Amino acid sequence: MHNILELKNLQKHYATQKAVDDVSFSIERGSIFGLLGPNGAGKTTLLRMITGIFYADSGELLFDGKPFDPQNDFVHIGYMPEERGLYKKMKIGEQAMYLAQLKGLSRSEALEKIKFWFKKFEMESWWNKKVEDLSKGMSQKLQFVTTVLHEPKLIILDEPFSGLDPLNANLIKDEIYGLAQRGSTIIFSTHRMEQVEEICDHIILMNLGKKILDGTVTDVKQQFKENKFNVQFKGQPTALVSPIFTIEHQEKQQLILKINEGYNSNHVLNYLLQQDVLIERFNEILPSLNDIFIHLVEGSKATTRAFQNN
Amino acid sequence: MNKIFLVASREFKTRVQKKTFLLSTIGLPILIFGFYALMIYFQVKTTDDFKVAVSDQSKLFNGKIDDKKSTEVIFSFIDADTAALNKKLNNQEYDAYLFIPNGYNLQSGEPQIAFRSSKALGLMTREKIENRINNALEEKKLLALNISKGQLDSARLENNAISFSTNDGKKDNETKVGISYAVGMIAGFLIYIILFVYGTMVMRGVMEEKVSRIAEVIVSSVKPFELMLGKIFGIGAVGLIQFIIWIVLVFGLQFLIPVLFPDVAAQMQSAPIQPGAMGAATAVKESGALQGIMSGLAEINFTLIIGCFVFYFLGGYFMYAALFAAVGSAVNEDPQDAQSLLLPIMMPIIFAMVIMTKAVNDPNSTLAIFGSLFPLTSPIVMMARVAHGVPDGVTVVQLIASMALLVLGFLGTTWVAAKIYRTGILMYGKKVTWKEMWKWAFKNN
Repeated sequence: MHNILELKNLQKHYATQKAVDDVSFSIERGSIFGLLGPNGAGKTTLLRMITGIFYADSGELLFDGKPFDPQNDFVHIGYMPEERGLYKKMKIGEQAMYLAQLKGLSRSEALEKIKFWFKKFEMESWWNKKVEDLSKGMSQKLQFVTTVLHEPKLIILDEPFSGLDPLNANLIKDEIYGLAQRGSTIIFSTHRMEQVEEICDHIILMNLGKKILDGTVTDVKQQFKENKFNVQFKGQPTALVSPIFTIEHQEKQQLILKINEGYNSNHVLNYLLQQDVLIERFNEILPSLNDIFIHLVEGSKATTRAFQNN
Repeated sequence: MNKIFLVASREFKTRVQKKTFLLSTIGLPILIFGFYALMIYFQVKTTDDFKVAVSDQSKLFNGKIDDKKSTEVIFSFIDADTAALNKKLNNQEYDAYLFIPNGYNLQSGEPQIAFRSSKALGLMTREKIENRINNALEEKKLLALNISKGQLDSARLENNAISFSTNDGKKDNETKVGISYAVGMIAGFLIYIILFVYGTMVMRGVMEEKVSRIAEVIVSSVKPFELMLGKIFGIGAVGLIQFIIWIVLVFGLQFLIPVLFPDVAAQMQSAPIQPGAMGAATAVKESGALQGIMSGLAEINFTLIIGCFVFYFLGGYFMYAALFAAVGSAVNEDPQDAQSLLLPIMMPIIFAMVIMTKAVNDPNSTLAIFGSLFPLTSPIVMMARVAHGVPDGVTVVQLIASMALLVLGFLGTTWVAAKIYRTGILMYGKKVTWKEMWKWAFKNN
């Protein structure tokens, strides 16, 4: 099973800067892929190249094992950009029909699929309403439907949950899982790290046009773990001093410690047992993606660049 | 191509289905027609006759001022002195009286004829009364000199005393030149309006797509170039339909006039067969002018003009629409930004209008030739020249060259505009200058 998308040394320059600078990665078919990065990191440019809106200056882009051909491959891609909108004065049904037909569906196919999705999302009564009558969340749902309607192999969602209430967000989330199970690949771009942790299998992090992190969510967390452990115990705290670890934080019945180099968790447990501490819980603290993100991006000139970009 | 059609049909449908489209397409000609109908109505129905009592003490007019059967000013002869006349005026039996004193001398005009009305006269009424009385007096004076009105008319030089013709042996008809002037002016002006109205429509459509952030959704399935062309074609079709409806309506409504106003129709028909020598003379003159206009119209090659009109309508529209689209793509939320960016586009259109007014007078001047060849001005200027006919107004070579240049110009502006459009449509939050647009157009990115 080959990858749905492979990027090799992709570059895109603007007059003043390198928006995408030598980025390579590949996305497995059927996976949910997270594309992360601060504002102005080059995510949108990268996505626009993947959707065929922009052409890369150099590098190679393979779609489904073949060189990417926007003219024909666009039917296999569904793109929901961050800057998204709809024709305000158009009726919702007509709008969905129009967008579906632009994706190469025939009238009857489009009608059938729209009816299916509208029923699923309980939007049937919207058909003759105008977009301007919809709330933000409602139009978001409509947008999601028009993005996935033509059953694309690759679905790109840029901040799909912004403006959605938890109920509708869950609805969309379930659909994303469902689509992935049915073989679609999903690229998911967001700033909301907790969503990424929850949904994505694989992530890459971009900053200043470069890829600075690539791996599965578990791998990345392992990579950035700081050997911190959380210990919960019973009884009176005693003074615990050992070369094995340093205590970072201590509360009544809980302490957070960092294992020093050359030791492992068993050493800690051994020591604690020797000290007659009644352990209730002992678990490793893995860094959140949020922490990793901040750790990696902080200090770079990401903010200034984001500003220049606009 | 299929996608351009999809985009175009959406643009077309959404515009045609709008209420404003119906209102402006059908409402406007009806409104204009309504105004005309109202004007005719008031002209026909002015039953408020202005009654003038004429007391002709010196028996100058023999009970009759002229042969005109005016419905507005009625002269009725009575024999009364000023005191009696004043009384009648006060009793509102008459609106005014004309008192010709006894022993009135036609040559010296003494003692003066007095005209008195119950209230100040309107300009039109005053002019009518003055004209009729003066004409009657003039005729009396001529008769006193033993010259009849007919003799005087035949003594006057007719317009066709000199035969104008051009070197190729064609008759250079003045009426034809006049009609060519009018046709050229109207056609040029129509194209001028089309460029502005539909050009800005394209611009606003592009701005709407950009501001509502739908552009990026669309360009992931349609190439920006296809989107732009689709929009231009769609709105062009709207314009064409609108124009056809207007023309059909205007012609159709014209036939309604005789139905609505049988009086007017009857008047128009009876006009040439007015009784009386003088009336006949004027009738002949009028029908002569009418015949001149008819023959002038017949001499104008309308197939050529309509053909050229459609060509330059579409050519000019396509050329400028692409530029308007480029400007629309560069503008952000603030519509005011559009104003300054539009100026360089509006300049050639206005410039063309200026050249057109010259060309319509002198279709073969250097300026007219230049203006009709240069693609940015040719759609407007060439109409002025074509109205004068081929080869009088424009040579075949020039016409073909102008059309070819227009097609090239259209391809050129579309190519440039497409590059600006491609970059601009996805560029947010930044005020764009012409310098930057130039860079987008001519630098590879």
